[in-house]
Amino acid sequence: MIVKGKVHRYGDNVDTDVIIPARYLNTANHAELAKHCMEDIDSSFTSVVKKGDIMVAGSNFGCGSSREHAPIAIKESGISVVIAKTFARIFYRNSINIGLAILECPEASEKIEGGDEVEVDFDTGVITNHTKKETYKAQPFPKFIQNIIAKGGLMNSISEK
Amino acid sequence: MGMTMTQKILAAHAGLDKVEAGQLIMADLDMVLGNDITSPVAINEFRKYGFKEVFDREKVSLVMDHFVPNKDIKAAQQTKQCRCFASECSIKNYFDVGDMGIEHALLPEKGLVGPGDVVIGADSHTCTYGALGAFSTGVGSTDMAAGMATGKAWFKVPAAIRFNLTGKLGKCCSGKDVILYIISQIGVDGALYKSMEFGGEGLASLSMDDRLCMANMAIEAGAKNGIFEVDGITEAYCNGRVKHEIKVYKADEDAQYEQVINIDLSSIEPTVACPHLPENGRKASELGDVRIDQCVIGSCTNGRLSDMETAAEIFKGRHVAKGVRCIIIPATQSIYLECVKRGYTEIFINAGCVVSTPTCGPCLGGYMGILAEDEVAIATTNRNFVGRMGHITSKIYLSSPATAAASAVKGYICDPREL
Repeated sequence: MIVKGKVHRYGDNVDTDVIIPARYLNTANHAELAKHCMEDIDSSFTSVVKKGDIMVAGSNFGCGSSREHAPIAIKESGISVVIAKTFARIFYRNSINIGLAILECPEASEKIEGGDEVEVDFDTGVITNHTKKETYKAQPFPKFIQNIIAKGGLMNSISEK
Repeated sequence: MGMTMTQKILAAHAGLDKVEAGQLIMADLDMVLGNDITSPVAINEFRKYGFKEVFDREKVSLVMDHFVPNKDIKAAQQTKQCRCFASECSIKNYFDVGDMGIEHALLPEKGLVGPGDVVIGADSHTCTYGALGAFSTGVGSTDMAAGMATGKAWFKVPAAIRFNLTGKLGKCCSGKDVILYIISQIGVDGALYKSMEFGGEGLASLSMDDRLCMANMAIEAGAKNGIFEVDGITEAYCNGRVKHEIKVYKADEDAQYEQVINIDLSSIEPTVACPHLPENGRKASELGDVRIDQCVIGSCTNGRLSDMETAAEIFKGRHVAKGVRCIIIPATQSIYLECVKRGYTEIFINAGCVVSTPTCGPCLGGYMGILAEDEVAIATTNRNFVGRMGHITSKIYLSSPATAAASAVKGYICDPREL
């Protein structure tokens, strides 16, 4: 699968409190959560984000609370993939479980800037930056995790049994 | 090559003789936990995929604590959904207004978690139970749903950092100062994907409350879990409280650690994490003039009885500084009751504090003490991210109960030994 979009760029240690502030956790409604995505770090995000856009950040993306509302809000807002140097572990797990594509790629995290047009090929892990005319290679998922994704998420994979 | 304590527990729960760092395993769960915010998402998933019964009605705990007593209509709906689900599935450990407490104070207090257990919870601070020698980690709602359905969860076996504790804590210092110091040294991703294993002769001077507080904040260093060696203090705590069979695991002599860090507890000083990351720890005595508008003493990190005792000792015969609002939140009903019996509640009220029913409320900016624009708080909670307690320009300083209470009296952040 290939996705292509414009980059929304953030720094290190983007925590789940800024991805979706706790004051909005009184609902589990996906569309409602997406309305407030990134509100406390980038108040214009929800008005400019377009379906297929890509989020790029530094290290430890998604640190803090275990709220699954965070990857849900990002996915529901139209983001096709999040690329970071590293992810906080619960966010990493949650993204796989709900089917939000994420990639760890230190080089891409370093070089991609906000507004760049970027394309990601999930089969090869190759990230192409059309604006800068560069390519970067991401770490592929371990097979075990690829299986969960292939089955359409964790719940699908256990209900199949 | 030997195994760490975490690896031994995981191996036993995966039915394997041996595991090593990086290995993917499927492990049996002894407890699956959720709260009023994360459970609704899990229940929706559980139902959507057609599951009718939980794997074991005694091994699921639902604790209504984040926005409870309900802060608004939407929160009330979420709690109602949890309440109905608990009733439909005959979940034994459902805790609501009247018997609830903050989940990570409540489960150990009720003896629902113990040494050698594998616990997942849809709350990042589930790592708290590592204080008892359990493998316990935070997950999301989908993992919770799958855990409730199957009694299993997948894990990537973590590598570990060993913290070798020596010496004894000095005056006015507690587990909170130790963990804030450690996070200031290794950073908020210093233990990313790893276990933080605590041991050494220094353990003998750390109470169970100190250990619960330290394990609680392992997640703030990015860790998968924090875990303490089991000793006489653990056994005394669990004795008569934990009803299920417990098993004590010890790391092998030749266990592999990615790093060994020595901490001399006697060198720890009252420590404060400055905005906006828990890694910004500095000595309270070196902060300069930081005026505060609010003080919060409570949370899953520091709302236990010894925290209340520390605060009461400081507030006795003293008053909160003019212009400072001080909110004290005992973490469970039984801690609350003990505060009343011991006269702490009276001390707090006479000192000008408010005392709340147990709730996570202000820690995550939910309710019960939201900060306005540019306001400054000192809190015994666990996170000081941008906007965590309210307005995005507000600031949070994290500290121990002693430092928070002393600062509330002075009106600015101070070293509690100054009082």
